[in-house]
Amino acid sequence: MEFHQRMTALSTATDAGLVARCRDGDDDAWEELVRRFSRYVLAIAQQAYRLSPADAEDVFQEVFARTYERLGDLRNDEAVRPWIAQLTRRLCIDRIRAGSRESADPEALEAGVDDSLDRLDEALSVQEAMLAMPDNCRDILDRFFRRDESYAVIGTALGLPSGTIASRISRCLAKLREQLEGREHARPTS
Amino acid sequence: MPVPRHEYEMYDEQRIGELLRAMPQAPEAWVLTAARLPATRRAIEQIAALAGADATFRTQTLEDLEGALARAGVEASPALVEHLRDRL
Repeated sequence: MEFHQRMTALSTATDAGLVARCRDGDDDAWEELVRRFSRYVLAIAQQAYRLSPADAEDVFQEVFARTYERLGDLRNDEAVRPWIAQLTRRLCIDRIRAGSRESADPEALEAGVDDSLDRLDEALSVQEAMLAMPDNCRDILDRFFRRDESYAVIGTALGLPSGTIASRISRCLAKLREQLEGREHARPTS
Repeated sequence: MPVPRHEYEMYDEQRIGELLRAMPQAPEAWVLTAARLPATRRAIEQIAALAGADATFRTQTLEDLEGALARAGVEASPALVEHLRDRL
């Protein structure tokens, strides 16, 4: 399989599929897993627990080191996302306690964290839905929403008349909503 | 009785924008370090295997853990140096 096709297949693989490939020693699948969850882990560390950049980096590396070591212990491959979230939470709390930055009271450390995690879970769902989008849609939505590029800048970068950018964004948003809607329906209820 | 919102209405343009911006990209160097873990761990296991078979190599490696990692093509970090020391 061509490299591009292979990477596309990995980027659209389910979490469980990716975990299975990682367990089989597929280095490319591991890199995809790291990229898929890198924003999520960083956001938990910096937004939910307000770690400093240095502490966040240590937690980030420790999360993936432990994930790599313990992937074989995961009972349900589909549960890798909450598993990584829980691991990140635990390591953030350990880091805060080690630094004595706040009281070691678990309730104080966890105040507001659940709300932050709910929001980040939703953000990760949107990110995953984006990965399943065609390249052109992913690019234009990324430029408009994440990089705050204007219609004119996007038009120049993509070689499109700026007057067509709004309608393209609108069409891509509709596709993204369909993806999200499909995921909502497919999500286990338990 | 309120009309339930259809799911797609939860994801209007503003909401999607907020959610896409909620998770900034991690620094690429961090991601690459984590992505290279399998190769890094294999290199460390090779060093450990050689050290297990050759006492002189083991002594030399313990004297210069960072150098041993560099010779294996691994960028040494404090955590990796500690990991290699543990393996030896």
